[in-house]
Amino acid sequence: MSLLLALLAALTLIGFHLGRGRAVALVGGESRRLHSRPNHYGLYVALWCALPALAILGAWQSCLPVVIEAIVVSGLPTEILALSDAELGLVLNDIRNLTFGGVLGREPPPYAQAASAELGRLYEIGRAGLAVVTMAIAAAGLAWGRHLVTPGLRARNAVERVIVIALLASSTVAVLTTIGIVLSLLFETIRFFDKVPVFDFLFGLEWSPQTAIRADQVGASGAFGAVPLFAGTLLITMIAMAVAVPVGLMSAVYLSEYAAKSVRAAVKPILEILAGVPTVAYGFFAAITLAPAIRDLGNVIGLGVASESALAAGLVMGIMIIPFISSLSDDVINAVPQALRDGSLAVGATRSETIKRVVLPAALPGIVGAVLLGVSRAIGETMIVVMAAGLAAKLTANPLEAVTTVTVQIVTLLVGDQEFDSAKTLAAFALGLTLFLVTLALNMAALRVVRRYREAYD
Amino acid sequence: MTDQRRLRRRYRAERRFEFYGLLAVLVALAALVVLLGTLLGKGLSAFHQTHLRLDVTFAEEVLDRQGTRAPEVLWAADYGALVKRALGTRFPDVATRRDRRALARLLSSGAQYALRDMVLADPAIIGETLSIELPASDDIDMLHKGQLARDIPEARRKVSDQQIAWFDSLAAQGAVASRFNVGFFSGGDSREPELAGIWSAVLGSFWMMAVCVALAVPIGVMAAVYLEEFAPRNRWTDAIEVNINNLAAVPSIIFGLLGLAVFLSFLGLPRSAPLVGGMVLALMTLPTVIIAGRAAIKAVPPSIREAALGVGASPVQVVVHHVLPLAMPGIMTGTIIGLARALGETAPLLMIGMVAFIVDAPGGPLDASTALPVQVYLWADSPERAFVEKTSAAILVLLGFLIAMNGFAVFLRNRFERRW
Repeated sequence: MSLLLALLAALTLIGFHLGRGRAVALVGGESRRLHSRPNHYGLYVALWCALPALAILGAWQSCLPVVIEAIVVSGLPTEILALSDAELGLVLNDIRNLTFGGVLGREPPPYAQAASAELGRLYEIGRAGLAVVTMAIAAAGLAWGRHLVTPGLRARNAVERVIVIALLASSTVAVLTTIGIVLSLLFETIRFFDKVPVFDFLFGLEWSPQTAIRADQVGASGAFGAVPLFAGTLLITMIAMAVAVPVGLMSAVYLSEYAAKSVRAAVKPILEILAGVPTVAYGFFAAITLAPAIRDLGNVIGLGVASESALAAGLVMGIMIIPFISSLSDDVINAVPQALRDGSLAVGATRSETIKRVVLPAALPGIVGAVLLGVSRAIGETMIVVMAAGLAAKLTANPLEAVTTVTVQIVTLLVGDQEFDSAKTLAAFALGLTLFLVTLALNMAALRVVRRYREAYD
Repeated sequence: MTDQRRLRRRYRAERRFEFYGLLAVLVALAALVVLLGTLLGKGLSAFHQTHLRLDVTFAEEVLDRQGTRAPEVLWAADYGALVKRALGTRFPDVATRRDRRALARLLSSGAQYALRDMVLADPAIIGETLSIELPASDDIDMLHKGQLARDIPEARRKVSDQQIAWFDSLAAQGAVASRFNVGFFSGGDSREPELAGIWSAVLGSFWMMAVCVALAVPIGVMAAVYLEEFAPRNRWTDAIEVNINNLAAVPSIIFGLLGLAVFLSFLGLPRSAPLVGGMVLALMTLPTVIIAGRAAIKAVPPSIREAALGVGASPVQVVVHHVLPLAMPGIMTGTIIGLARALGETAPLLMIGMVAFIVDAPGGPLDASTALPVQVYLWADSPERAFVEKTSAAILVLLGFLIAMNGFAVFLRNRFERRW
């Protein structure tokens, strides 16, 4: 396969030189008589050589397994063909494993061995055929492209049209990603809601996704009420924002309104370091240092603090969000026109009165936007809570107890052994969709608030 | 009089407000100092490892009874016995089986492999007695570094009084040494803290970043060029723009779910492979690259485009010959910052199964591997005391990479950025 691609690349390179050479030769070396630059003719032939061949290659690769397996299945004994689709799939899987050296549980029946030999043979034919066809098409494209080269050929226009199409295709990748996210989450979520009613998921008060193996055990069906998770997420987010909003906002105010220029120039990048620390480092800090410290402190003053308290996770998450809030607020505070400040100071207000009564109200929409983005960050943050918050879903507002969050549950449900069809696995996607929709709504709201503010001063 | 008092009150409020601002800045700085201080305090000691010096006799009757010196015989020989003998010679009065086993636990299980490597490198040492420094076990390492308190009751301590006494007698003789921990940088993951290293995780991260760069940078730059230079202003372009802004703020774990559902279940790509990790991180980094690219392209003044168009360049030639080279430093700066964030990202990798216990260094993007931040997460979960320092040290290494990348980005910006 890689050899084929290398050959194709070599042929394309040859095509480039042939096309370029032919164009120059046609005009006897006077390249000003050509419509386009010689390189454009080279690229023109190279594209004729590579693009059709690559298209065939891609189509062949994606169709080959389907076609070959259909042939193999049709050759199986009739009593095997009479099996149900699921059993037939298992047989096919065995044949595949036999061919490609997978692990097989038992001695394969003779028909499977025959089919496996057939499968291997067909694959070999398919691959050889692919190589021949691809190279033939590449050579034909090369010859055709070279044939088309004349001094008057609009080579530049043709090449540039291909380039612009490639650019357009790149710009749709971001859209495709969003569509992919929505579809994959939605698809699995719908399957989840087949097993668990929507209402039970959104408003249920009990979360215990561990489905028992035997039907008569306690909690055999599992409970998928997500309210405790939402409550836990909300609690930790609120603690985080209680740290991040005052500290972030006040440091932005201080740095932009009070601090000397040199102090500001030194402190701002240092604060940005906080934003660059990987979240797994914050999680480690919360779990190893802060949580035990808070627990010991609680023991000293006689409070029972869980060793995975919401407080520790929330405080550290707040630290993580400080630079986020402060740099966004800093931008909007700086965007407030100086004339407003001067006017306020001129009528005798002190600096703090100017800030509180004039600057902050003028900057309020931007600050609200920053806070909303911070909240969306906090809700979606995973590693800190995975490492420092608990696993037990408890409905409580006490920050000293252990709570669990949506992201923690997604990770717990999906890490480790899993069957892809169980309600447990699908529940993670339902949680993911909820998370996606909530953060999306927060981001949209934040962008809208910020945009509104901008219109006021432009 | 009341006016005076009110003025004083207002000035007090003024000073209070300024103090709150200063306090906020100090709190944020203190948080940073405490965070980095904790990591340094816990992690620096992991770069050194305790070694115990013992006289080891490479007895021929243990290693190679037939005297063939064949590599496969030497490879399979019982080097553990050599270690036990050496300890037995050093502490001859240890008699019971239990005590002997406790004695053997002074040394790492990697000690025998160190001896094996010595013999394989030079079979001529068989029959000789050499004074060799062997790696201590994690508990002894902790004891030597003072991270294991001696004063707590023996029952709750990982090291017995007897083992401490042996260790102290070795120390009194000068047979305990602290050496630079090469294995931490060259080794793979291990269940034994003293043998665990970050090399395979670093390689896994490297392959992931290679895939991520190969995908995110070309696609991102091309998308930015299209949106800035060629896209017509219409609803479709607006939709792409809104979509990119939103995508930049989607929680990273959602990208992990996308990778699990699309790349693993739908396309059937291998689990735990850096290829899939890199693809997920590329999708996550893409919005950052596009936004940075658009800002840099927008900063190139229109006069340059008009001049090039005026002498007959086509729109594509204008972009390729003039706009992109001028915008490159800005694009690179934003891209590197985005890539640094991707390097530190953990959550999406957990979703696509990169949390397996993997010892071997990956040889390519399709081998199962782990990544540096995931290694940090795995070690942080391990109960052994000695993994705390390993985790902190791995975070320090990760931070080192991130600081280097961000520093390079700042350097690029200061060195090459032009203002018109």
